[in-house]
Amino acid sequence: MSRPEHIVAAFLLLALISYAVTGGADFGGGMWNLLARGPRAAAQRKAISKALGPIWEADHVWLILVVVILFTGFPPAFATIMTALHIPVTLMLIGIILRGSAFIFGKYDTKAHKVQRGWSAMFGAASFFTPFVQGVTLGALATGQIRVVNGGVATGFFAGWLSPFALVCGVFALGLCGFLAAVYLTLDPEVDPEVRNDFRLRGLWSGLLLVPIALGVFVTAKTGAPDIFQGLTSGWGLLLMGATACCAVLALASLWSRRFQIARITAIVEVTLVLAGWSLAQYPNLVIPDVTLLNAAAPVATLRLLSIALCLGSVLLLPSLAFLFYLFKGQSVN
Amino acid sequence: MNDFFFARSQMGMSLGFHIIFAAVGIGMPVLMTIAEGYYLRTGRAVYLELAKRWARGSAILFAVGAVSGTVLSFELGLLWPKFMEKAGAIIGMPFSLEGFAFFTEAIFLGVFLAGWNRLPPLLHWFSGLMVAIGGIASGIFVVTANAWMNAPAGFKVIDGKITDIDPMAAMLNQASFHEVVHMTLAAFIGTGFAVAAVHAFFLLRDRSNQFHRSAFGIALTMACFSAPLQLWSGDLSARTVARLQPAKLAAMEANYRTQAGAPILIGGIPNDDAHTTKYAITIPNGLSLLVARDPSAKVTGLEEFPRTDWPNVRLVHWSFDLMVASGLVMIFLSLAAGFLWWKHRRLPDTKWFLRGMVAAGPLGLIAIEAGWMVTELGRQPWIIYNVMRTEEAVTPMPGIAVPFVVFTVIYLFLSVILVYLLRREFMKEPETTPDPHLT
Repeated sequence: MSRPEHIVAAFLLLALISYAVTGGADFGGGMWNLLARGPRAAAQRKAISKALGPIWEADHVWLILVVVILFTGFPPAFATIMTALHIPVTLMLIGIILRGSAFIFGKYDTKAHKVQRGWSAMFGAASFFTPFVQGVTLGALATGQIRVVNGGVATGFFAGWLSPFALVCGVFALGLCGFLAAVYLTLDPEVDPEVRNDFRLRGLWSGLLLVPIALGVFVTAKTGAPDIFQGLTSGWGLLLMGATACCAVLALASLWSRRFQIARITAIVEVTLVLAGWSLAQYPNLVIPDVTLLNAAAPVATLRLLSIALCLGSVLLLPSLAFLFYLFKGQSVN
Repeated sequence: MNDFFFARSQMGMSLGFHIIFAAVGIGMPVLMTIAEGYYLRTGRAVYLELAKRWARGSAILFAVGAVSGTVLSFELGLLWPKFMEKAGAIIGMPFSLEGFAFFTEAIFLGVFLAGWNRLPPLLHWFSGLMVAIGGIASGIFVVTANAWMNAPAGFKVIDGKITDIDPMAAMLNQASFHEVVHMTLAAFIGTGFAVAAVHAFFLLRDRSNQFHRSAFGIALTMACFSAPLQLWSGDLSARTVARLQPAKLAAMEANYRTQAGAPILIGGIPNDDAHTTKYAITIPNGLSLLVARDPSAKVTGLEEFPRTDWPNVRLVHWSFDLMVASGLVMIFLSLAAGFLWWKHRRLPDTKWFLRGMVAAGPLGLIAIEAGWMVTELGRQPWIIYNVMRTEEAVTPMPGIAVPFVVFTVIYLFLSVILVYLLRREFMKEPETTPDPHLT
C-alpha cells in the first residue's frame, strides 16, 4: 500500500470499465430500440426490453460508484470536473432521468400502442443522448483546455467539451454502446433466429462503423488532445491499439461466423482496451494538465480506508452480480 | 434571487423529490418481505398476490429513486464544488458504503422481481430480505453524511487547512445516532401510513376483502409499532440538537430570548426584529422541561448569536410544528389502532378508524419533508456547521436558474406520471368491484 492513490485509481478505472460494458450496453439496447425497423421491429423491441428488465438498475449503479470513488479519493478533481463541465454533466443527468423513467413507465403503463410508442421514443432518444454526452465529458478531460489556477477553474464553462476531439469521443461512445448491445443481444437463447440475425447484422455494421470513428478520434487527438496522441503513438500505446484492433477484427469475424460467445468476449475486451488505453495515455492526469492523481489525492487515511471498503465491497458485490447475471443472462434459462 | 438562491433551490427541490422515494424504498421492501414470509408459512395465495403487488409498486418507485439519487450525487459537485473539495475526503466514506448497499439493493431487486418462477421459494424470499437490508443500510450511510454536516467531526482545521482526517470518526459523529434512528423510523412510518391508507380506502368499500385486510394489517402493524417509538427518538433528537446546535433548536422553537423556564411556542408568527413570536400557543416551561428535564432550566435563545448566523426562523419553526403535529396525529392513530385491536381481538376496521387512516395517509411523508426542512434549513447559513458557510461552497457557474427550472419541470412531469401509474396499479386489484351506490 505504498501508493494508495494508485489502488483507488485502479478501482475507479475498473468501475468505469464495468459501467461501460454493462450500462453502456444498456444504452445501446435503447438505441436499437429506437432504430428497430422492418417486419420484426416489435420482436426486436421485446428482446431488448427483456434483456434490460432485471439488470439495468444494477448496471446503472456502476456510475454512482465511479462518482463516489472520484469524490472520496480525489475530491479536488471532482470539484474541478463538476465546475468546468457543469453543462455536459447536467445534460447527462437529464438524459439519465428521462431514460430510466421512460423505461420503467413504459413497462408499467397501458400496453396501448400509442402510449408505448411514446415511452419507447423517449427511452430511445435519451439512450442516444446520454452516452454521447458521457463520451464528450470524458473526452474533454484529455483536451488540456481545462486549466486550474489557484485551486479554481480558470477556463470557464465551455472549455474542452465543445472541441472536435471531445465531440468525436461522444460519437465513439455511441458506437461502442451500440456495438456491445447488438453483440449481447445475439446471445438471448429464447430469441427467434431471425431476430438474432437482425442483431448480428446490426453488430456487424456498427462494428465496421467503429473503424472510421476510431480513426476520427485518433486524427482529432493530434491537435485536440496531444497527450493522448503522444501516448497512443508511443511503444505501449501502439501495442494497445494493435491489441484493440485485433479484438475488433476478431469480434467482427466471430459475429460473421455466428460464434456469438466469442464475439461477446472479444467485444468486452475491445471496450476494456479502449478505456485502458485512454487512461494510460492520460496517466498520471485526471484532468490534463493540472489535476493529477497525486495532487488531487485525498489524505492517505481516507485512501487506505476507501481501498479496504472497496475490497470488502467487491467481495460482497461480485458474487451477487454473478448470481444476477447467471439467472438472467446464462444459457440455462428455462 | 441570485445564483446562490437557485443553487439552494435546486438542491432542496432534488432532495425533497428524492427523499420520498428513498423513504419508500426503505419501507416497501420490508412490507413485501413480510408478505412473502406469511405466504411461505401459511401457503395462502392472498399473501403471494400481495407480495407481487407491492413488489410492482416498489419497482416503479425504486427506478425513479435510483435516477433521482444519481442526480443528487452529481449535484453535490455541480452545485457545491468547494464543499465537496473539502468534505469529500472526510465524508466520502459513508457515500462509498452507500454505493455498495445500493448495489445490493438493485441486484437483489432485479433477482426478486424477475425470479418468482426461477428460484426456490426460500431463496426468493431471501432476495427480498437483501433488498430490505440494502435499503435500510443505504439510508443509514447517507444520513450519517448529513449528520456530519450538522456535527462535523474527524478532522482539524489548522491555518484554514483541513488536516488529521479520520473518516471513521466523521461517520460516527455525535449527530449520527439520533438522525439515523429518526430517519429510519420515519421511513417505516411514512411508508406504513401511506400503504395502509390505500388499503383502508378499499376496505371502506368492501370490509370483507381478504386481500385488503391482509395488506392493511401488515402495513398498519409496521406503522403502529414505529410511530410511538418516534416519540422517544424525536425527544432524543431535540435534546441532541439543543446540545450541538443551539441556534437550530432556538429557530425550531422560535425562541429568541435566552431565558429560564422557557416555554414551548406552537405556531405563531416569529418576528426577527422584535424578537417575539405573536399569536403562538404557549406551553409554559415546556422547552426547559424538554431540553433539560427541569422546568426552570435556562435555554439559549437566538439573541446569543449574530443575526448573520441565524437560519430562516419562520420556515424552520413552521416546518418543525408541521412535523410534530403530523407525528402526534399518527401516534394517536397508532394507539387507537392498538386499543381497537386489543378490544375487538381483530383487525381494527370500524368505519371511523378506516376513514381516519385514509385521511392520515400522506401525513408520514409530509412529516418527512417537514423534518428535512428543519434539518437542512435549520443548519443554515452553514453547509458544514460552524466551519464553512453555504455561500462559500456554491459553484461559480452562472445561470443556475436554468437547470433549476429544467429539473423542476422534469420532476413535476415524473410526479404526475407516477401518481397516474401507481393509481392504475392500485385500481387493478382483482377483488375490487366498485359499487356505484357507495359513497
